[in-house]
Amino acid sequence: MMVCRAARELRDGEVVFVGIGLPNLACNLARRLHAPRLVLVYESGAVGATPSRVPVSIGDPALVTDSLAVCSMADVFYHYLQGGRIDVGFLQGAQIDRFGNLNTTVIGDYSHPKVRLPGSGGACEIAIHAKRVLVIAPQSRRAFPAKVDFVTSPGFVDGPDGRRRFAMPGGGPAKVITDLGCYGFAAGEMVLEELHPGVTVEQVRENLGWSPRIAAEVTPTSPPTEGELRLLRGELAGASSYV
Amino acid sequence: MAGNPVMGSKLVPMREAIAAHVRDGDTVVIEGFTHLICFAAGHEIIRQRRRDLTLCRLTPDLVYEQMIAAGCARKLVFSWAGNPGAGPLYALRRAVEEGVPGPLEIEEYSHFGMVARFAAGAARLPFMPLESYAGSDLPRVNPNIRTVTCPYTGRQLATVPALHPDVAIIHVQRADAEGSAQVWGLLGVQKEAALAAKRVIVVAEEIVPEEVIRADPNRTLLPGFVVDAVVHEPFGCHPSFAQGFYDRDNDFYIAWREISQDGARLGDYLDEWVFGVRDRREYAAKMGARVGELQAGDRWCAGVNYGY
Repeated sequence: MMVCRAARELRDGEVVFVGIGLPNLACNLARRLHAPRLVLVYESGAVGATPSRVPVSIGDPALVTDSLAVCSMADVFYHYLQGGRIDVGFLQGAQIDRFGNLNTTVIGDYSHPKVRLPGSGGACEIAIHAKRVLVIAPQSRRAFPAKVDFVTSPGFVDGPDGRRRFAMPGGGPAKVITDLGCYGFAAGEMVLEELHPGVTVEQVRENLGWSPRIAAEVTPTSPPTEGELRLLRGELAGASSYV
Repeated sequence: MAGNPVMGSKLVPMREAIAAHVRDGDTVVIEGFTHLICFAAGHEIIRQRRRDLTLCRLTPDLVYEQMIAAGCARKLVFSWAGNPGAGPLYALRRAVEEGVPGPLEIEEYSHFGMVARFAAGAARLPFMPLESYAGSDLPRVNPNIRTVTCPYTGRQLATVPALHPDVAIIHVQRADAEGSAQVWGLLGVQKEAALAAKRVIVVAEEIVPEEVIRADPNRTLLPGFVVDAVVHEPFGCHPSFAQGFYDRDNDFYIAWREISQDGARLGDYLDEWVFGVRDRREYAAKMGARVGELQAGDRWCAGVNYGY
């Protein structure tokens, strides 16, 4: 459900910077369904990738074959991302807070971490430069604290003025899609907008480290379509074990 | 020159290239973003028991994890330390969290920061500006990430210092004996890393005559005059891949999850697959049928007319 809902956020023709993990799956689902002209950009340098198998990593050889362009990583970061050519950045984080800040660096203290996570990769600059950012993350109290242990990739930092204060060129987080529902942002803070079928607001509260703002009208997420399920259980199924 | 392939040849076996160019205490870069990661060089460095290395790479990947577990490294400079597509690097975690097998200092950037560090090094600039890190905690834990005020606009920009590796090891699909090297598929940051380095080792799947390079100069990543040694090492990237030669061994990356979780198993792996073989040829022979299974299919591109 989470991956299907996330895929629906992508519009045909957009240029999306694809993060590792679930975003990779959602982008490849969208491209096979409603967004065949979606331009997938991978930090490995593949631009306009049309992978015939679901790439296990973001540097899979299938991203190269039949892509529009393959460029160096200096091109990717200086000219495409910092150059303002990316419509959507699609990220996954170990932790996300109410302002949409993402942590993929450490749980606990940096110098004495409880858990050492992989680090930024390209996420820090994707979060700063993409015109809008989508985040996909399974929800739990640990993964959704009021404040992340470490800001790897900034959302709205500390509130409505956070991004302006740092003069960040990109628009920041637009949607957070979890296994329970879907959040938008108002005044720099996450707002619960949608609940997945069978999920209650109580369940959302139980799996959130703060008391969430809730939209005036919370709508139910449309269940996965036959087409979405067919793909996820069929040609995209292999990838799910890796994410 | 082209008529005499022996003249100017820098071809040496891997053992000699590492012995000559990688020294204890060096800053070493084995680049390649998922693609063209030279595990053959990493394994030879482990076999030669190099110590106190500062290892720099965007993604340490399994190659640096193996080198760290084998005790080669003092410090790691990186931007994303996971097992790509398969989970965490557990042995690297043990090194960072518990100092096993020895203390490991880390210096951490984002990918853009590492790319900019190599670009500054290659351009002989002391630093490179980039628009990143605002609002992030990374500058707080890495004092080398600083800011500069733009003299034209007054804007604050992040800066990272130039990186000048003692040696860069770059794997390519083909090179000539003097080191002119051609790559296709994912290009990563190899060009910048090599041009930033004091010494460059090119490792190639194929050694070709200089005419082959000259027939398609747009595909050349590095010209021979920046290269110090050339090694012919087919299958030198496994479990990483070489586009057009062999696929990424995703099953191995998945299997590594369990190996790296257990220090004893990782030790057994190194004993069997690194110390237990003399060179890459023995490694490939030991892989057996798997080598054939990973062989790339055909997808040739049309040539272009370079005439005038």
